Amino acid sequence: MATPIIELDHVVKEFKSRSAEGRGVRAVDDVTLSIEEGDVYGIIGYSGAGKSTLVRMINALERPSGGIVTVMGERIEGLPESKLRPLRQKIGMIFQQFNLFSTKTVAQNIAYPLQLDHWRKDYQAKRVDQLLKFVGLEDHADKYPSQLSGGQKQRVGIARALATNPKILLADEATSALDPETTGEVLDLLRQVNEELGVTIVLITHQMSVVQQIAKHVAVMSAGRVVESGDAYSVFAAPRQEVTKRFIATAISGLPGADRVAKLHQQWDDRIVTVLIRQKDVAREDGQVPSSGQNISSLIAQHGVSTNLLYGGIDTVSGTAIGAMTYELDSSSGDVDAFLADLARDSDVFDFGTAASPVDYDEAVTTPMGRKGNANKGADTNVKSNDDAAATAVGKAGEERQ
Amino acid sequence: MSAILGLSGATATVAQGKALVLASNQDWSVLKPMLFQSVAETLEMVLVTLVVGGILGLVLGVVLYGTRPGNLFENSVVYRVLDIIVNIVRPIPFIIFLAAIQPLTMKVVGTSIGTLAAIFPMVIMATFATSRLVEQNLVPVDSGVIEAARAMGASKLTIIRTVLIPEALGPLILAYAFLFISILDMSAMAGYIGGGGLGNFAIAYGYQKFDPTVTWTAVIIMIVLVQVVQAIANAFAKHILKRQG
Repeated sequence: MATPIIELDHVVKEFKSRSAEGRGVRAVDDVTLSIEEGDVYGIIGYSGAGKSTLVRMINALERPSGGIVTVMGERIEGLPESKLRPLRQKIGMIFQQFNLFSTKTVAQNIAYPLQLDHWRKDYQAKRVDQLLKFVGLEDHADKYPSQLSGGQKQRVGIARALATNPKILLADEATSALDPETTGEVLDLLRQVNEELGVTIVLITHQMSVVQQIAKHVAVMSAGRVVESGDAYSVFAAPRQEVTKRFIATAISGLPGADRVAKLHQQWDDRIVTVLIRQKDVAREDGQVPSSGQNISSLIAQHGVSTNLLYGGIDTVSGTAIGAMTYELDSSSGDVDAFLADLARDSDVFDFGTAASPVDYDEAVTTPMGRKGNANKGADTNVKSNDDAAATAVGKAGEERQ
Repeated sequence: MSAILGLSGATATVAQGKALVLASNQDWSVLKPMLFQSVAETLEMVLVTLVVGGILGLVLGVVLYGTRPGNLFENSVVYRVLDIIVNIVRPIPFIIFLAAIQPLTMKVVGTSIGTLAAIFPMVIMATFATSRLVEQNLVPVDSGVIEAARAMGASKLTIIRTVLIPEALGPLILAYAFLFISILDMSAMAGYIGGGGLGNFAIAYGYQKFDPTVTWTAVIIMIVLVQVVQAIANAFAKHILKRQG
């Protein structure tokens, strides 16, 4: 494993309260995490969760009230402002509102960190050209930021942040002010920054889709604490915390909500089941969550059950599929019970019953069929809680989409 | 100037019995050199005050802004003290201020009469006036831009010089144009302590000698001065603000 480039060790940040009670606000509460060189590390949380404060302690824009911050092998939490300059030149930062200098041209904006670093004028010009090319803004060098679109402004922000060849790029809600298409373009550029230049990216966002598209590792923050962290796929496929589930609901589609199931029952008479799709097993500290829904096509063929695909969605996280599919099973076409028994052996299946005898939605999603036969006890409980999780999470997405 | 007003034939209008409102009853061949001298004195007082008071005010304004809670040099004690001092000095009418600090003027300048004796209190008053204008025009500067510069490793003084002031330059230019007018206003009162200038000229040869032509000549010169300065400032500010979109 690569060495951590950023390490936070029991970091706390308290802000003095201006109110009469005098009790401080803990913006960051005992956070320990380490980020490896070359990673794209997503920190997700609602506004006020403390993620902005956390990321600002990496370049010492904020000083921790307690704990140790180590960046590129150097402890920085106590460094005086004057000693931070070389460190900050190795850490680029981009912002939600871009924060470009409005009275400087695009080229002057990008050259600013080079001036701070006392580069020779001709080297500055060369570097600016190179960066403009990298972010695809060669034709806009002499424009002012006000003449650019949001996506172009963020490209300038990225070019400026990369000017002094930083090892780390901090992205503070860098896509939150952009429309979805532009967000995708900027994320592609960030991926390029990570892959081609080897820059470690720490990305904070409240948009799960951003994490889903780009992050290799994820930490979920809530009320100043990191409540869950791990590689992006595990966090998506097997979320444990309520806050994580809520975030995933906004990014992963597939499981129908209660309203949707009721509507499906109105349209389709026969038995309706939902199968969760997890392409890979998920290893977690407290046991393994197995893959799900991988053999459904062959089982359908094997049992000769005719099915109608009614609802569903599959996304990829870190290149691995995750989602849910909902089928109506034609009971006249084959042995549906045998098919379901086989299916439930290797998959998480929610049985919503038939139009004539529907299963209560909450009961269906909290008690998936089967698996009990071949699962060990520890894994069994995990599966259950996980299914619960995915159900809540994905179900909300379904409702939102209706 | 009287020629421009078309009033050179002053005697003729008097001869007609009824004096026109703007008719002059003095000898312009004597008045003219005095007028030129007073314009020169006004420009001297105003420009020296604008430069010295403007720079001192810029520094004090940046300190006021910087020590505000949450800003670069956050220091609530310094901010409060300066804030109170500025608030005490600024509302004092200049003519009273001129008299009130006369002992100090005497000590510093060595005399309490003449142009230099007028410039000293003008600089002090202009410094305080400018500081507030500068502070108020720095406050709206986007704190995100300052944070971006900090994140790049810029020192605080560098940020003030290369980010803060450039970002606020448009409004600052307009603030200094406003300041020019205030200083011109102050300079008119310098006449009371023998500071000369257009104000003194208008009072001594216009108002006190019942000669509105002289008064209005001075007024019109001041109007032209203000218009020219304001037009130049507007053009610069517009150019800068247009870029900022």
